[in-house]
Amino acid sequence: MIVAMNKEKKIIHPLKFVMYAACASIVMIFAGLSSAYLVKRNQGNWITYDVPVIFYYSTAIIILSSVTLLLSRRAFINRQMRQYKMWLFFTVVLGFTFVLLQYFGFKELWASGITITRNVSFSFLYVIVGVHALHVLGGVIALLVMYLKSHSRKRKNYDQIYIDLMNTYWHFVDFLWIYLLIFLVYIG
Amino acid sequence: MSNEEILHEKPLVVHESDHASHEHHKQSFISKYIFSQDHKMISRQFLVTGIIWAVIGGLFSVIFRLQLGFPDQTFPILEDLFGHWAQGGRLDPEFYYALVTMHGTILVFFVLTAGLSGTFSNYLIPLQIGARDMASPFLNMLSYWFFFAASIVMFSSLFLTTGPASGGWTIYPPLSALGDAMDGSKSGMDFWLASMALFIISTLLGGLNYITTILNMRTKGMFMTRLPLTIWAFLFTAILGVLTFPVLLSAVVLLLFDRHLGTSFYLSDIVINGKILPNQGGSPILFQHLFWFLGHPEVYIIALPAMGITSEVISTNSRKPIFGYMAMVGSFFAIAILSFLVWAHHMFVSGLNPFLGSFFVLFTLLIAVPSAIKVFNWLTTLWKGNIHFTPAMLFAIGFVSLFISGGLTGIWLGNSTLDLHLHDTYFVIAHFHLVMGVASMFGMFAGIYHWYPKMFGRFMNNTLSYMHFWTTFIGAYLIFWPMHYEGLAGMPRRYYDFSNWESFKMFAGLNTFISIVAMIVFAAQFLFIFNFFYSIYKGRKLTEKNKNPWAGTTMEWTTPIHPPHGNWIGEIPEVYRWPYDYGKDGRDYIPQTEPIGAEEKQH
Repeated sequence: MIVAMNKEKKIIHPLKFVMYAACASIVMIFAGLSSAYLVKRNQGNWITYDVPVIFYYSTAIIILSSVTLLLSRRAFINRQMRQYKMWLFFTVVLGFTFVLLQYFGFKELWASGITITRNVSFSFLYVIVGVHALHVLGGVIALLVMYLKSHSRKRKNYDQIYIDLMNTYWHFVDFLWIYLLIFLVYIG
Repeated sequence: MSNEEILHEKPLVVHESDHASHEHHKQSFISKYIFSQDHKMISRQFLVTGIIWAVIGGLFSVIFRLQLGFPDQTFPILEDLFGHWAQGGRLDPEFYYALVTMHGTILVFFVLTAGLSGTFSNYLIPLQIGARDMASPFLNMLSYWFFFAASIVMFSSLFLTTGPASGGWTIYPPLSALGDAMDGSKSGMDFWLASMALFIISTLLGGLNYITTILNMRTKGMFMTRLPLTIWAFLFTAILGVLTFPVLLSAVVLLLFDRHLGTSFYLSDIVINGKILPNQGGSPILFQHLFWFLGHPEVYIIALPAMGITSEVISTNSRKPIFGYMAMVGSFFAIAILSFLVWAHHMFVSGLNPFLGSFFVLFTLLIAVPSAIKVFNWLTTLWKGNIHFTPAMLFAIGFVSLFISGGLTGIWLGNSTLDLHLHDTYFVIAHFHLVMGVASMFGMFAGIYHWYPKMFGRFMNNTLSYMHFWTTFIGAYLIFWPMHYEGLAGMPRRYYDFSNWESFKMFAGLNTFISIVAMIVFAAQFLFIFNFFYSIYKGRKLTEKNKNPWAGTTMEWTTPIHPPHGNWIGEIPEVYRWPYDYGKDGRDYIPQTEPIGAEEKQH
């Protein structure tokens, strides 16, 4: 009977595994870009730069957003739905702020004469930060959908899996940004 | 999430009757045939789309073989078909390049990646591991529709005024990065890149699902060491895809920036039509590194599923256990690892440091070891077997033959010193067409002929199948064997016309011969296509008594003839043994779902 099937032994939730594997493939995008960066850097004709100060602020923001997302998850587990919604809201706002700050960082770079076409090192900076920001933006949209759904009166969600998936992805792009910042600052 | 919840999305209520769980599962035409989330339907969608692409890609090769085989003749029909691309019935050189490029792109990505892995991973993974469906049927559906969108974009690029992409399927910059370089570098190239971006997403969504399903959704008793070799092959294929296609995506993103935003990732010091371009500091070699980091594993993404299918078909039709199951798994693993370490063997003549090259030579030649293990295991499985020459078995043996013939020349090409001479000649064309092109097509045919009764509940016509096999098999050798000689003599690939060269004039007759055989082989594929579509409606039906026509041990044959969405009615059977118990204890075969008997020897 069908009941028996639900007892099938599962080591890890399949959707979580999908998310981990997806993170691995995103890692490969940035591994490709980082190694292209290193290869190109060693071929000369490379101008080093300082990353704009705004990027450090955005780092603080995205770390903070990870904390608020963790808090919302804890609230969800404890079924404190008001707090859950509140922390989720903060995460959406912080995530959006991060993307906005990256944009202002780009504007600052551009204004200081570091345009995308001037040198290949700057092109790389724009592409790497930009592709990462797109991934964050995707996460913000997912968070927003989750936030709006939490207000739905028709459907109540008590399934933790989507909360966990969101957490995995969000902390992943957070760590990815920290890695990229360290990479860009130290390798230059 | 359990297998049940995947189909119903909500926690299940216990049903009294075995059938009840599927009765409320009524589907409209659209949700059943078009936006289906059933892995079996998605698999058939991949297969049919792949067949359509194979016809287009194959037709292109026939058209450019017309030019190569009959360089001084005109074919007015070409002008009727292609208009200004073939004025006076002679192919325009630019269009010739477009045909070559699209032939490669279509066959490598759309037929042998999506058509082969997409079809059989989708079809066999849930059925052979005992799962109701993929880990995420929705992502699986998206995977097909992204492939479909990629197909539409690529197909529409064929109708652009400036033609489709024509810088070769490897789209090396600067040709691909500069719209002014030639017609094929204009919007055709953008369509190519957009299509490939969609295709990459499709492959990733599919691959994530395949890996997760194999690792997490196996039925009770289906340990990893009890998986059929097909599943192991699909697992490694998916891992390779998930880890390498993103790198191609990075390369494509950088290329798009170079094309449209004036960056210089791949461009430096270029003069076009006497105009010096402002691009400074880029490196076209960078693109080659990024491209081949995907490009080489891609070869195994194509070959591994064919190897898996071949192993399964050979074992079943020899009525013998596969020889060296763990060695097979180990060699899959070794091939997957090594495939990440050999990409630069495509770049020996790019000015690569010869010292660095020697490492790539070493790793490349090392691949011969796991490949040889596989070949010997197939041969020893056949050895003294009770061989049933079904069409699938013929194609599987054909795969082994072609894989040996093409693989041996890989040892030549993997040596950087020999490669200096052979690089970009017809020798390379012969090598890769045999070892991964035609061989993998054979793996795909073996799979289709073998699992057709499961897919459609009917048999294909045997006579047509045998005619299809022999024409294709003999034809493949007649086409590609002579190319080795042309390549050794230095005849370069991608050239439009060889009649101007004194050194290659002697091959004119041979080229005509190859072209004629290519046309015959292409025509023979319609035997298969007719057989395939005709048999869906008119083929001999499977009966309840004969629902396991090849007497296989694996789980897909324990489902009903037309498995519903969910595959098994009632419980998923439990698995007690490995999938290769053929000829054991005097019995022809023992299904995986049969418990180990009291007096049975255990593996």
